[in-house]
Amino acid sequence: MARVTFNEQRCKSCELCVSVCPQGIIFLADEINLKGFHPARVTEMDKCTGCAFCARMCPDQVIEVFAEGGKPVHA
Amino acid sequence: MRQIFGRPASLTDVPMHYCPGCTHGIIHRLVAEVMDELGIREKTIGIASVGCSVFAYEYFNCDMQQASHGRAPAVATGIKRVWPDRVVFTYQGDGDLASIGAGEIVHAAARGENITVIFVNNAVYGMTGGQMAPTTLLGQKTTTTPLGREARRNGMPVRVVELLSQLDGPAYLARVSVHNPKMVNTAKRAIRAAFQAQLDGRGFSLVEVLSTCPTNWGLTPVEALKWLEDNMIPYYPLGEVRTPSSASRQAGVPAAASTATAPTPAAFGATGTAPATRGKEGE
Repeated sequence: MARVTFNEQRCKSCELCVSVCPQGIIFLADEINLKGFHPARVTEMDKCTGCAFCARMCPDQVIEVFAEGGKPVHA
Repeated sequence: MRQIFGRPASLTDVPMHYCPGCTHGIIHRLVAEVMDELGIREKTIGIASVGCSVFAYEYFNCDMQQASHGRAPAVATGIKRVWPDRVVFTYQGDGDLASIGAGEIVHAAARGENITVIFVNNAVYGMTGGQMAPTTLLGQKTTTTPLGREARRNGMPVRVVELLSQLDGPAYLARVSVHNPKMVNTAKRAIRAAFQAQLDGRGFSLVEVLSTCPTNWGLTPVEALKWLEDNMIPYYPLGEVRTPSSASRQAGVPAAASTATAPTPAAFGATGTAPATRGKEGE
């Protein structure tokens, strides 16, 4: 069990997280945030493995990762 | 469930001004994570350079000083000599370090100043609008080389790590990239080794991080990472060129012998890891 949260107001739609997600569950939302970008979002959270690839590649510290019994990558 | 990844304490909560997909944000986080893990945030002083990373002082949650263009290693030298017990690092781009600051970086390295330099190479002048930098690749189009960089007119791109490897001063020199999660982890290990070299009092350390500039390269952020991998890495090979254990000064090997044995970067781990001796600070 794992979960990722996106601080959507910080997202700049660069899609680096989308490109590295091994599960392919991140996509850009249709609506825009206050900056005018389409924030990244996860559709099927139950498929998330908590690998934190998305968070590692995010240049804007948008993503936090939570996992059951996971070893902290960096928290 | 517990948190396994989040913003490191050494980064402030200020939203970064960088363009979407700019890898400066990743490199900032790696430096901050290393500061957290080594527990040195309270005694670290960072030097921001001129360029896109000029606002680094807003983002790093440690003491910061801003230097004039290219002069960050000179400012870092002064601060480190006044406060030898502090950890001093500079964060510079390629326009800042390899062009106007070429003199400062060479002499800081030659003196073996006990500072750490994070050198972000994206092969272009970012902030001023995409002009040719010393590190721009042959054939790369910029606003000042609209038909592509040409060796006869513009000279060849500068490989800073290899340039500095001819000196005896540096204790740690490495080139890394951040184009995928694996390389991000490798980059973090190199940055950690550079800070460790300073903590151990080994002398000058520099990590060159290959970075992207989607805006001035005219690519999407994802395409830019691919461009970096396909074009920059063949010219700028990744790896550790110098580690404290391979440094000639430690082994007592004459300089000519040491440069002859390390003309190209070795794979990570091939040259051994830094000895884990702490507490030599200020020697």
